[in-house]
Amino acid sequence: MSTRDLETKPVIGLEIHVQLATRTKLFCGCPLEFGAEPNSRVCPVCLGMPGVLPVMNRTAFELAVRAATALHCDIARFTKWDRKSYYYPDLPKNYQISQYDLPFSSDGYFDVPVGETTKRVRILRVHLEEDAGKNLHDNPAVTLVDLNRTGTPLLEIVTQPDIESADEAYAFCTELQKLVTYLGVSEANMQMGHMRFEPNINVHITRDGVVYKTPIVEVKNLNSFRSVRGAVMYEIERQIQDWLADPTYTLENRGKENRGWNDTREITEFQRSKEEAHDYRYFPEPDLVPVEISEAWLAELQADIPELPLDRQQRLQDEVELSAADAATIVGDRATADLFEAAIAAGGHGITLGKQFISFWLRRAKERNTSIAGLGIDAERLGELSRLTADGTINATAAARIAEHMLDSADTPMAIAQREGLIQVKDVGQMQVWVDEAFAANAKAVQDAVSNPKKQQRARGFLTGQVMKLSAGQADPKIVGELIDKKLAELAAG
Amino acid sequence: MAKKIDEAQVRHIAMLSRLKPSDDEVRLFSEQLSAIVEYIEKLNEVDTTDVEPTAHALPIHNVFREDVPTEPYGPDQALNNSPQRVGSFFGVPKVLDQDSGA
Repeated sequence: MSTRDLETKPVIGLEIHVQLATRTKLFCGCPLEFGAEPNSRVCPVCLGMPGVLPVMNRTAFELAVRAATALHCDIARFTKWDRKSYYYPDLPKNYQISQYDLPFSSDGYFDVPVGETTKRVRILRVHLEEDAGKNLHDNPAVTLVDLNRTGTPLLEIVTQPDIESADEAYAFCTELQKLVTYLGVSEANMQMGHMRFEPNINVHITRDGVVYKTPIVEVKNLNSFRSVRGAVMYEIERQIQDWLADPTYTLENRGKENRGWNDTREITEFQRSKEEAHDYRYFPEPDLVPVEISEAWLAELQADIPELPLDRQQRLQDEVELSAADAATIVGDRATADLFEAAIAAGGHGITLGKQFISFWLRRAKERNTSIAGLGIDAERLGELSRLTADGTINATAAARIAEHMLDSADTPMAIAQREGLIQVKDVGQMQVWVDEAFAANAKAVQDAVSNPKKQQRARGFLTGQVMKLSAGQADPKIVGELIDKKLAELAAG
Repeated sequence: MAKKIDEAQVRHIAMLSRLKPSDDEVRLFSEQLSAIVEYIEKLNEVDTTDVEPTAHALPIHNVFREDVPTEPYGPDQALNNSPQRVGSFFGVPKVLDQDSGA
């Protein structure tokens, strides 16, 4: 039986953990530091010693509210913490402090650009919880435990199952990364594990008017956008094939399953289900008092939410007339977008600046493994280079050469242009002299340009090049082109 | 009257807690835990019709600390009482199930 007779609809929800950009842990003052010596960022609270008391990090709570607000969630005026019990060596207390029945926020949505359209994904809830430590399994005899990460503040974002393809899941995750970095809520550094994803996937298959649902599969602990896309794509196809091979492979018969992603083979692998281990015995955390959010506090937290990436992208498309792709690229990094707008405010020319950002600055930034903002060139100089290019003071070739110099010197583009002799010559009389000179020195090319249709175009290009060479690159190519065309027309007529 | 916490429940909780009580202990804990639960059930005699449910025993809320680092323990202090130390790590019996519950 082939899939052609079937109508299939993937149903995907995401559970995402985002590490908050605080200096210290959620319930103790231990500093957060990636790559520190194992067990050097711990204290009695995060080691789970008896008799200690957790105290909530105010900044973590405020960052969380800010993120949930940007996701259009309702912010609860009253929220509390719960213990989720489970036994595993990465969690010395034997319970994780999380939020169960009264999370601080719920019922939001997030608009995600997918191709040319926007997809709205509803958010079920966003809550705060603490991270566990790290276990290393490399040693054959013992498991090694590093508790530096224990107690790191995490935002858990749970979506409704509104996502319908691997591309949508990918777009959601990348757009969320943009959002949280914009808000300053998280550094969202993937290499440092700041974002981890768990997609829930099943497929509704319609055959002869009957709908069959495959078991819901949760793919555990993905830590890259690529693996999210790969795992979702693989699961959709696998579930359809498994159902075709065995019609009892349904949600009704099998319930939920956990699978792990094998990054090397790019497949998911079955993990035996541990129903009993999911008996988390949640109960209210007696060591933490609840939080009540007053209208005034909420207003204060919601006041400093910046323009969000998708809105900013749309604005740059409208105001600066950037293409959607270019606007998305510039907006992708908040510091770079800020720099772009500052350069325009400093007198830069929008479209030209956009072109220079994409074709020159971005490339140089990538070579240096940084962002455009990371190149350290100030807004005034970036703006000036675009203005000089747009008003014809320098031509595009000269602009690229000046830009190279700007990477290594603090001189203004104008100073560099003057020093390097790159100011465009506007004197038509001078340009006419160069054109005449080039024509006189290249009789064969002139002949081809006038009367050899096969070689006409190339000969004309050659003559333009000769004129530019005579001008040491300073002639305005547009005017040179006009002068050459005029002279060729005269010769043809004569 | 059936016990509040029967032996099957004791075994279940023991399993979740990675404990292996003997049969005698299971019987003993079942009796003791049942007695505790029965004692606490006295609270059901209080009329709470007009009492609002609370999430916490204390009448206070919004207790926060500022996001300012304090001096953490170093590995030596952290690992001081550990039964097994491997470099700067805690060493624990080999974990076969690599999927944390978090």
